[in-house]
Amino acid sequence: MQSFLDILMILLVLLNFRLLGASQLGTCVHSVAFQAVIIGLLALLPHGLAPSWTWLMVGAVTLVKAVVLPGLVRRAMRETGVMQELEPFLGYTVSVILGVGLLAASFLVARPLRVPAGGMTQVLVPVTIFTMLTGLYLIIARRKAITQVLGFLVMENSIYLFGVAFAVEESWLVQAGVLLDVFAAVFVMGIMIYHINREFDNIDTDRLSDLKD
Amino acid sequence: MIWALILIPTLAGAAAFMVPSGRFVRVLLPVSAAAHFGMVMAAWTLPLPFSAAFDWLAADALSLLFLSVASGLFLAVAIYAIFYLGPSRKRPIKDYLEGYQFADRSDSVFVGCLLLFLAAMTVVCLARHMGVLWVAVEATTLASAPLIYHHRHHRSLEAAWKYLLICSVGISLALLGNFFLAVSTAAASAQGREMSLLTPLLMKNAALLSPEWLKAAFLLMLVGYGTKMGLAPMHSWLPDAHSEAPSPVSALLSGALLNCAFLAILRMQALMEAAGLGAFGRERLIFFGLLSMAWAAMLLVSQTDYKRMLAYSSVEHVGVMAVGVGLGGIAAVGALFHAVNHSLVKAALFLAAGNILAAMRSKDIHDVGGLLKALPASGALWIAGLFAVTGSPPFGLFSSELLILKGALLSGRFVVTGIYLAALALAFAAILRVALKTAYGSPRAAEAGPGGSGRETFFAVAAPAALLTGVLILGLWLPPALWRLLGEAAAALGGSF
Repeated sequence: MQSFLDILMILLVLLNFRLLGASQLGTCVHSVAFQAVIIGLLALLPHGLAPSWTWLMVGAVTLVKAVVLPGLVRRAMRETGVMQELEPFLGYTVSVILGVGLLAASFLVARPLRVPAGGMTQVLVPVTIFTMLTGLYLIIARRKAITQVLGFLVMENSIYLFGVAFAVEESWLVQAGVLLDVFAAVFVMGIMIYHINREFDNIDTDRLSDLKD
Repeated sequence: MIWALILIPTLAGAAAFMVPSGRFVRVLLPVSAAAHFGMVMAAWTLPLPFSAAFDWLAADALSLLFLSVASGLFLAVAIYAIFYLGPSRKRPIKDYLEGYQFADRSDSVFVGCLLLFLAAMTVVCLARHMGVLWVAVEATTLASAPLIYHHRHHRSLEAAWKYLLICSVGISLALLGNFFLAVSTAAASAQGREMSLLTPLLMKNAALLSPEWLKAAFLLMLVGYGTKMGLAPMHSWLPDAHSEAPSPVSALLSGALLNCAFLAILRMQALMEAAGLGAFGRERLIFFGLLSMAWAAMLLVSQTDYKRMLAYSSVEHVGVMAVGVGLGGIAAVGALFHAVNHSLVKAALFLAAGNILAAMRSKDIHDVGGLLKALPASGALWIAGLFAVTGSPPFGLFSSELLILKGALLSGRFVVTGIYLAALALAFAAILRVALKTAYGSPRAAEAGPGGSGRETFFAVAAPAALLTGVLILGLWLPPALWRLLGEAAAALGGSF
């Protein structure tokens, strides 16, 4: 059980590195969806196979995160014709090396935070923080608006990971609200990407640089 | 009561989306705003706290204070918008900077988003549950992003994208903070206490919360909600959004939205106080507050765009509030009072700026000289507002800044006092320079460009005038009811007279 959890954690970390090192947006979308599936598995693990409300809830969230949201992003990619991040602000090799640094930093930051007893692996907190930092990094270091949305999704994944791992079952209402918000945020971002694409004929956000001091 | 407060704007907002733009939509906005404001004023007569939805929503002193400000501002903006919307705005508008044509989005979408924005802010004020609070703060972002992109051109698009992305990221951090908070309750639930993220429950069992997790949660929420509140260095979305959004929207963003995010931080700080970690939270608030004040004051000096100048002044005042709460005692009361004053005066200034922009077609300070002659009413409001916002007597901001100063001196924090005064002085000089330059001098762009109208309509002047009168009254005479409410609200934050 514990080792299975650890394997899932390692997979998440590896997927983060895949995100940092990938230039094809398709690969990134795929990684984000895969992360969501892993986290879904993680949520179901303590509950066994007996069907319950948790199953339904987790199933619904995973469906949105692994199928619907990536689908929206893929649609934006098709509509704008962007398949690849061509000139990132920081190269892919550099990103992966910085990623190692981020991972180390996550373990350092997480040291004082002891996980309460309850069968969760101690690696969880650093992995959450690392996933969050990966998302932030993608938002900062990449040029395309779509990659920035992907970074946002990675951040959301990290939060979802932490939430399900601790079974923070702050009642279904809050869960549903959170889900709805994320969904709406990505939806609005999708609309914006469409407008940016129309206005500028591309979605490089460094073109969005008229406003500064 | 609480349900009505939330449902009025929600339903009206939904209705606005359904119908095509026209007179109905333009009437709907002020009518629902007035209904909402009436309900909030009626709430003042009820004994506090009262709640609904199993305590998930409730009005306490803090809620009522911030809700009244938000609702009052919204009413003023709604009245102003009668002039702002309407048939005259339908044709393509010539951009004053680069000279291309652009159109506005439809009135229906504008009014609908405004009303949903009000609904979301109402929920923020009334939320008793940290999860609901989070959902509502995120909802304010989503409802206001289309408002920033009301003028369809590339600068407003850029501003809206930055706003959406940066605030979403910030709000994600706050969500992680919420989860950390939930984990901090693990020890208490292990002892068989009933625990959830309901603030009354958390406050009651605050001593049992795990301090490490609680501290981490506080930091994440401070940074997360602080992004939305505009604390430096997370404020980078703020000047862009405020300068590119239509003026009524800027007024609401600055006057009401920043307060909502501040309220979220205050809820967390109250919990820290209850858990005996108040000093930890206060030090962080002072740090970010002073940083925001200094940062904004320096950028104020070199501003040439008057709407951006107002935006940076918001960053500065948000810093003042954070410092006030951080100092505690009488300064915490001052900080809440300051939030009220700042909302009123900043909204008035943005509305006046909207009039100036409509008449002069320029946001450059050097282009708008001789306002007192060219636009007598708006110009006078603008100058008076600028004086008020720097904290000159007899306006309310003078009293509230003085209260915070008193708190700083009483607690013996002389370094904090020094930085606080220096930043205020610098901002005073910077804004005064603008006030003088725009009041006198010769208008370079007084020639109203195509699409500009030199006339000032009644509503366009009445709304900011009413707000400014409010600040003036608060500076001269503080209603006892408000004073009591401020005291009650500050009590949870370790504030007292």
